[in-house]
Amino acid sequence: MIDIIGYGAFFLTTALIFSLVTLGLNLQWGLTGLFNVGLAGFVAIGAYTSALLTTPDDAARLGGFGLPILVGWLGAMVVGGIAAALTGMATLRLRSDYLAITTFGVAVVVQLVALNAQKLTGGPFGIGFIPRPFGSLAETPLLFNLSNLAVVCAVTLIAYLALEHLSRSPWGRVLKALREDERAAISLGKSARFYRVQAFAVGGAIMALAGALQAHFTGFIAPDNYLPILTFQVWVMLIVGGSGSNLGAVIGSILVWGIWAGSGTLTSALFAPEQQARAASLQIVAIGVMLCVILLIRPNGLFGDRPRRPRFGKRAKAAAIKSSFGS
Amino acid sequence: MSLQFVVDGLLTGSMIGLGAIGVTLTYSILRFSNFAHGDFMAWGTYATLAVVSAIGATFGRMAPIAPLSFGWPLLVALVVGMAFTALLALLLDKVLFSRLRSQGQAIIVVMASFGASMALRSLLEFTFTSRPTYFSRAIQIAMPVGFGIRITPDQIALLLLTAVLVLGVHLLMTRTQTGRAMQALSQNAALARIVGIDVASVVRVTWVIGGALACVAGVTIGILVQIRPFMGFDMLLPMFAAAILGGIGSIPGAVLGGLIIGLAEAAAVQLIGAEWRAAVSFIILMAVLFVRPIGLFGVRER
Repeated sequence: MIDIIGYGAFFLTTALIFSLVTLGLNLQWGLTGLFNVGLAGFVAIGAYTSALLTTPDDAARLGGFGLPILVGWLGAMVVGGIAAALTGMATLRLRSDYLAITTFGVAVVVQLVALNAQKLTGGPFGIGFIPRPFGSLAETPLLFNLSNLAVVCAVTLIAYLALEHLSRSPWGRVLKALREDERAAISLGKSARFYRVQAFAVGGAIMALAGALQAHFTGFIAPDNYLPILTFQVWVMLIVGGSGSNLGAVIGSILVWGIWAGSGTLTSALFAPEQQARAASLQIVAIGVMLCVILLIRPNGLFGDRPRRPRFGKRAKAAAIKSSFGS
Repeated sequence: MSLQFVVDGLLTGSMIGLGAIGVTLTYSILRFSNFAHGDFMAWGTYATLAVVSAIGATFGRMAPIAPLSFGWPLLVALVVGMAFTALLALLLDKVLFSRLRSQGQAIIVVMASFGASMALRSLLEFTFTSRPTYFSRAIQIAMPVGFGIRITPDQIALLLLTAVLVLGVHLLMTRTQTGRAMQALSQNAALARIVGIDVASVVRVTWVIGGALACVAGVTIGILVQIRPFMGFDMLLPMFAAAILGGIGSIPGAVLGGLIIGLAEAAAVQLIGAEWRAAVSFIILMAVLFVRPIGLFGVRER
């Protein structure tokens, strides 16, 4: 019984950290319509920043400044936000695809720095000895897991309430207006680029915070944690939950992480150890197909607030013709 | 600094350029950046490899053509692989992209291509495992051609093949009715429809050209480097950077962009170190976006 509670706490902690990333993505994509396919890079920036600031001094690399954990989290948000703002400034005056390609490049470069800049990131072996909140409780795993869960719950709740507030504030309304009808919003005197850079930066800061939380939860980070598969998982979480809805982002994350962890357990039970790697790739295929199917048949996800468009029949054809001529 | 980087750069650049042609065509005609393009490359290469093995199993081993490391089976397999990749692209368009396109939200299509890319790549990993394979394990002796440059017969043959293909596509785009229809659709879709251009057939031709060239680029990488499920995904950033550097929609631009990025990568490998190679395309991409976002031969969007 205690094992189950312990595992439940561990599962929920990971799922909630994911949901924090998804909340950041929801601000960028769901609310503002900015496409980020390099979010793993921003999560990694947060994790590494916080790790550098809080770990004890290490002769083999830069820093290890031994600062308090909260300073690490704040630092992660600042650096992640600045990185996202720079990315946004470079691309947001151009077509939306350019942002997608650039964020993709950001993730590649962050991965490269994590692997090769040994002096900064510890290279392929990563950074260990990251201080954990309630590390003193590690003797009793249950208590340790529950207290971690409480911390992550609190952070996610704060982020959720703040984002809910933001999306209803005048600021959030401008973002929605820009997403729905850019020309109309601009004609009302709103600077599209300025607002978008802000939204992208705040989203990036939230992702970086999630990365930092995760680093302090596991106590160890390595470049492998931030591969494109992470980006992909978070996207599926947001699409399943329904882009535009913060509640959807949280529930989608828990649901998809449940499916992911469950199918992982299933494959490790069904396949022989030497086939595990192959089975894991089948898991990714299944999630990839799931993403495409949801985009095709239920683009709003569970809780999405995008305006529904007719998909089939005469009305759909009329709408398609209209939109292609309108563009 | 040895001049060898010129040959290495031209080779990498021609592979990037061949891939970038497909990227630039999908972007300018279908109006979305296709993240699954790199995986077309990998699928084409594995298909070609499968056909080579099948030919080898049926007719026995055949000697390679004199100085090259490959023989007729590979050339036959390459044609089959190109057809297969073109069909794969058409199929993916039919079941996924075309349906999402008709909903009128371009960026959803990009996201779907990202999901499809993950699924395609992992399916390759599942079928062939992530262990690298090769078309041939024979080692070729590089011939010195002066100025400290060495080149293998394979490299010369593949450079020539690339040149022929690029010229062919360029002629197709500028001298045939289909090519003109493609250009018209990329420049002004609404007007192209009004003058009666068959959009569906142009879309098909786009996928066929993009898929077939992706397969050639993949097989080239397979012959000169190695075959891995991730081979195409790793080329994605260089291909996008090349397409944007050359100017979206321009085929000479895509090839020139590919060559520039290939040369820059090869120079960086010599000057800084091979581990930073992947950062080169990102730096070039950012420079283009800041200085001249329409690229070398691009036209301003309306």
